[in-house]
Amino acid sequence: MLFRPVNNNYHDFVIDRDKDRCINCKVCVRQCSYEAHYWDENRQRVMHDNSKCVGCHRCEALCPTAALTIRKNPSEFRDNALWRPVFLKNIYKQADTGAVLLGAMGSPVDIPCYWDHLLLDASQVTNPSIDPLREPMELKTFLGSKPRSLEFATARDGSRRLKTKMPPQIELRYPIMFSAMSLGSINYNLHLAMARAAEETGICYNTGEGGLHKTLYRYGPNTIVQVASGRFGVHRDYINAGVGIEIKIGQGAKPGIGGHLPGEKITAMVAETRMIPLGSDAISPAPHHDIYSIEDLLQLIYALKETSEYRLPVSVKVAAVHNVAAIVSGIVRAGADIVAIDGVRGGTGAAPCMIRDNVGIPIELAIASVDQRLRDEGIRSQASIVAAGGIRCSADAVKAIALGADAVYIGTAALVAVGCTLCARCYTGKCPWGIATNDPKLAKRQNPDLAARKLANLIRAWGHEMEEMLGGMGLNSIESLRGNRDKLRAVGLSREEMDILGVKHAGN
Amino acid sequence: MKAAHRDFDFQKDISGCGIFGVIHKKRGLLPGEMPIRAMACMHDRGNGLGAGYAAYGIYPEFADKYAFHLMCDDEAGVDAAEQLLRRFFDVAESEPIPTRRVPAVRKPPVVWRYFVSPKKDRPAGYRSLDELDYVVSVVMRINTRVPGAFVFSSGKNMGAFKGVGFPEDIAEFYRLEEYSAFIWTGHNRFPTNTPGWWGGAHPFTLLDWSIVHNGEISSYGINRRYLCENDYECTLMTDTEVVAYLLDLLIRKHGLSKQMAAKVFAPPFWDEIERMPKAEAEAMRALRITYGSAMLNGPFAILVADNSGLFGLNDRIKLRPLLVAEKDDMVFMSSEESAVREVCPELDRVWMPKAGEPVIVNLEA
Repeated sequence: MLFRPVNNNYHDFVIDRDKDRCINCKVCVRQCSYEAHYWDENRQRVMHDNSKCVGCHRCEALCPTAALTIRKNPSEFRDNALWRPVFLKNIYKQADTGAVLLGAMGSPVDIPCYWDHLLLDASQVTNPSIDPLREPMELKTFLGSKPRSLEFATARDGSRRLKTKMPPQIELRYPIMFSAMSLGSINYNLHLAMARAAEETGICYNTGEGGLHKTLYRYGPNTIVQVASGRFGVHRDYINAGVGIEIKIGQGAKPGIGGHLPGEKITAMVAETRMIPLGSDAISPAPHHDIYSIEDLLQLIYALKETSEYRLPVSVKVAAVHNVAAIVSGIVRAGADIVAIDGVRGGTGAAPCMIRDNVGIPIELAIASVDQRLRDEGIRSQASIVAAGGIRCSADAVKAIALGADAVYIGTAALVAVGCTLCARCYTGKCPWGIATNDPKLAKRQNPDLAARKLANLIRAWGHEMEEMLGGMGLNSIESLRGNRDKLRAVGLSREEMDILGVKHAGN
Repeated sequence: MKAAHRDFDFQKDISGCGIFGVIHKKRGLLPGEMPIRAMACMHDRGNGLGAGYAAYGIYPEFADKYAFHLMCDDEAGVDAAEQLLRRFFDVAESEPIPTRRVPAVRKPPVVWRYFVSPKKDRPAGYRSLDELDYVVSVVMRINTRVPGAFVFSSGKNMGAFKGVGFPEDIAEFYRLEEYSAFIWTGHNRFPTNTPGWWGGAHPFTLLDWSIVHNGEISSYGINRRYLCENDYECTLMTDTEVVAYLLDLLIRKHGLSKQMAAKVFAPPFWDEIERMPKAEAEAMRALRITYGSAMLNGPFAILVADNSGLFGLNDRIKLRPLLVAEKDDMVFMSSEESAVREVCPELDRVWMPKAGEPVIVNLEA
């Protein structure tokens, strides 16, 4: 294949086809949306082009004779600790194209992951561990502003009646929500699946910034609608459709920049829902054009509260950046009822790799410093905190809550539940798993019924595990874990890191 | 209040215990011999590393004065604390707490008591506080700022007596048989991870609240942070301390009833709330949403006394024993029935309160 630019040979994967097993059935040819597999008329058999493989494993999963294995390309550059292959390949690409390197999903680079350096406690002897199979175990969580104190009146029969007016709350059966992934970045089948799974498990999903399809309004009690800088699909009914409204300021995968959904992805359904012309690019500006400072955010928060007649809590989502504690303090004082914080490992459908891999801070540090700052200022009860960005398992969620989060958002984990293999080519619109694509042929690979079941299973499974961990710690309610950093110990962290996390080292 | 530097780096005491309390509803005076014998009966629930008593109605001659019980490492500590005390209070009377030497009680601190009332002309920075906050802030100041000095009781017409030893030894040390009170509580301690410290024994007190506690508060980490947000600094390395501060916050500052405070500590489960009548469900739901960080999670039985009465409470799945018994105008609360029968063999009624259900006994006016 000498007609190709030489750098195309520095591809990441090779397709290993076992010729004894292959029956030339062409399943791989039909499944690969990147055309890595093809039918060779001259040879009358299936062939492949390794350079086109993105490592999604779709062909491997569906090959009826298990003839395919996707491997890393064994071709190796000369060892160089500084100039690792990824840098060489990126430069070759950019020298060819003159363009920004595009990536997707969460950052793959080796940013320290503090979840892996935090360990949980368990009861021994002096307090009994509690078995969730025998005793009640409560994960129910409420998001929203909490009053500092309550007033009660005593009725004539001696019963107590609440006098304080409670601010609106989002009630969650599990402290987990599906993170904002817009209609357009993922397709309708998955929006429907998330909505159904959220309804079934008593949690919420977030619409993302692409509006809410008209058929999904009936899942309102389990929906948080998002308002982002593009204002796609935002109108009065939309704002009032769910149980909460989220203003998206930033995203962990790409703090400081906007978004761009190319016109090719704007199908009729996406155009209608976003309220933009068919085939036009959907551009989310980097800042909201009506928010140039905190006082402007306050106006938007209250505009949304007015529009929803103060029935719904308003959330503000920000990326975890250097001064996140001060920023969140300002957001809470501006009237936000919930603050969602998205860490540097958060996912995306498309982001410049340089931004994704180099901007922002880990969510663990952000949650710890925000929670402490809000407590120091005496305003922690005014807003709930939702942690997002790289929550991989229920233990990560438990640790986030012990650090001070009220709940977690999961995006990547939800997509993995429906088959995503993190090949990180979402921005091509060719997702072979039918997730990050609006191509009807590909999108139908996601059956909403099956996807909803998998998502609901994931939430329930994590719920069981969280109950086990809670019970082991001698707690039977999630609110006793929230901010209870005494249940965490660090392993292998510096004094500075432990000071920020507010956690002692293991053994102490 | 901003958390102190490295606030998270604390050691927490863990202990198993025996508790006993008795109240005479008509303010009849019960001799100290009663709680002493009851606690001695539960000798095996402790390991000699801490015991104590609280008594109400013991200082009728100074009933309108705050009775400060102070323990100090040495005379210098007493002097420093007294100096501070005299800046904030007029001292009506001061004297050593009467003690006797007991072989089993080794290296006792210097114990002293003061009967005080707040100065009319208060030091700058303290003038805007109401009287009780003023008293609390002085207690906190001595406990955190005066090295080797510790206020272990500060209420009116009541006092705590505690130290390192078995209950019968501590009682002998403080000559408790010489006191009579209308409410007594007692505690016998079995700490598992800290050397005995006199200040760390129960009861814990704040103003006229006193708490004896059997159990471990697994939610301590968040209770402590919640209290810090509300300007209470935990200094005693033990989880029971948070109960005292939470009671002060919920009842005195937020105006909740004892019943409601008990529901904050041991709230009904969500599925119980769903089955309640609408108004009550709404009240409980709001209580849990608002005061989640004040919930006491983990196994506990606590007895809380103040000048209005005595109440007992278990955690919401009853992981520690608590028994209540009545005889005429007396109500007993105890870890074990044997301790009650020891001091009052004939009882009118004996029962085990349900998990999370407070037993509140108020003094008759």
